[in-house]
Amino acid sequence: MNALLPSLPTIVALVKIGLLVGGLMTAAAYLVLVERWMAAWVQDRKGPNRVGIPLTKIRLFGLGQPLADGLKIILKEDFTPRHVDKVLYTAAPVVILAASLAIFAAIPFGSSLPAIPALGLTGEEPLLVAPGLDVGVLWVFALSSIAVYGVLLGGWASNNKYGFLGGLRSSAQLVAYEIPLGLGLLGVVLAAGSLKLDTIMDAQASTGVWYAFAQPLGFIVFLVASFAEAARLPFDLPEAEQELVGGYHTEYSGIKLLLFLVAEFLHMVTAAFLIVIMFLGGWHLWGLTGAGPVETWLVALIRFAVLSAKILGVILFFMLVRWSWPRFRFDQLMNLAWKVMLPLGIANLVTVAAVEEFRPQLVSALGEGWGRTAAIAIPWGVFFIGWIAAGVFTPSGTDNTPIRTPGPLDAEHALAASQRELVEV
Amino acid sequence: MKPNDPAINWLEERPLGLTERLYLPLFVQGLATTARHLVSPKVTVSYPEQRPQVGNPLIYRGVHRLNRDPEGRVKCVACFLCATACPAHCIDIVATESPWPDREKYPESFQIDELRCIFCGMCEEACPVDAIELTSLLDLTGKSREEMIFDKEKLLSVYDMTKDAEPMKSAALGGTL
Repeated sequence: MNALLPSLPTIVALVKIGLLVGGLMTAAAYLVLVERWMAAWVQDRKGPNRVGIPLTKIRLFGLGQPLADGLKIILKEDFTPRHVDKVLYTAAPVVILAASLAIFAAIPFGSSLPAIPALGLTGEEPLLVAPGLDVGVLWVFALSSIAVYGVLLGGWASNNKYGFLGGLRSSAQLVAYEIPLGLGLLGVVLAAGSLKLDTIMDAQASTGVWYAFAQPLGFIVFLVASFAEAARLPFDLPEAEQELVGGYHTEYSGIKLLLFLVAEFLHMVTAAFLIVIMFLGGWHLWGLTGAGPVETWLVALIRFAVLSAKILGVILFFMLVRWSWPRFRFDQLMNLAWKVMLPLGIANLVTVAAVEEFRPQLVSALGEGWGRTAAIAIPWGVFFIGWIAAGVFTPSGTDNTPIRTPGPLDAEHALAASQRELVEV
Repeated sequence: MKPNDPAINWLEERPLGLTERLYLPLFVQGLATTARHLVSPKVTVSYPEQRPQVGNPLIYRGVHRLNRDPEGRVKCVACFLCATACPAHCIDIVATESPWPDREKYPESFQIDELRCIFCGMCEEACPVDAIELTSLLDLTGKSREEMIFDKEKLLSVYDMTKDAEPMKSAALGGTL
């Protein structure tokens, strides 16, 4: 064989990367359209429905809108203000987009394909760019932390007070919510016994119990934290228009702004992928997909469709929540992270660890069926207790009311004020 | 002013109830509201294909028209009351002696600068013979400023265009003021 030709695994990996990146970019463009539709429908409007095939009068419900939006923002002037740090200013959008695309190397986008002997693929081909990666969850976490650098660099290099404050706020938020995110996920890793995302899906498929049912507390903690990590409403403080103009991308325009916006959308897509894969069973659906290895193309297609449908559902939920909830104040955001989500995450982790440790004893004491039921019921009990405790005991915000006890100078002030009044009279 | 100034009346926030503190019930309520609006009928009017509904076309204040009398002549008697009442000074009338025996004057030219007009309706209130009226035409467009100065013929043609849909107000609303 010619040594210059790439080997088969390389070709397969390249094809997967091409499919994934192309698919993600198109999906991001169309999700912007979906987001605008949802926004319009929730506000009793119709939303973009005019742009269709260019140069014709065919409208196609506005499906040409992403093309028009993309062209418009690309053709805008890419203005670099004089006062910015040019290197970092240019690097920030690249960093954030590269990191959010690289995350998908470890995220499976389906189950796997059956063997294709004609092409020399003898085994099952997992739908995952880096199938051998044993630390998938760690990879996802490491790269999603790098996204903070993009935000921070963008805000800092802009040399603008709004950009700076937005970047500062944003990084504080992302760092704070990484902890509940990790705690929510640790329970899943503990239960599945693996850091590989495809193994986590297989574990849920083989038992038929999705981790959202087995660890409700972990699911809620992870869900809230991933909203915050993706900087979606109600946690979109990085770009609060009222006080921060555009936040960390205030000074950006044209294609650089586009890169930021696409990266933000990809964060949401990543969050949806992770929620579905780790808590909602991935490609598994009872009675439809089976749980074993993939033998036929039909099964592979059904599993891919189920996974995609679930992810779309989660993304639609993200978009619906955007119009249901007002934004949190920053102190409320931090209270929620440190005083509610962190303790709840720890409670979930301890519960899962205890249940997994004593599962054999539970099963032997109560029998197979009741033992498994108890292993699900105990986390639900902890969920309700934790929820009520969080609601009743934790403050929902910082009390900023000034102390109103009389100060030492108040008598003098009152005297001076009464004298002024006398003079005026 | 200091925060502990006695003149400030501090209002206490109402303490949250249990369902509010538990958060999720209210969240579900909010989601239900947005989900209901998601599928509810839309209020958007797809404008060029679909005309917006004007509440009552007879009292809408849109483009002007000059009414004709039963013989098809312009009703205006060139009394200048509308031009005098107009707060935007957009009506320009040139009066001349009337060729007809039933009035002394009639407008030789009658121009309304639609760009200056503020559509207040004072002209139609001032008119003693109900010659000038505002129609319910609301999409007034043109390519130049000159084109937007409507002359007598154009205003009469607006009447011809709208007389069936909008009969003269004095008749429809029960006589002139």
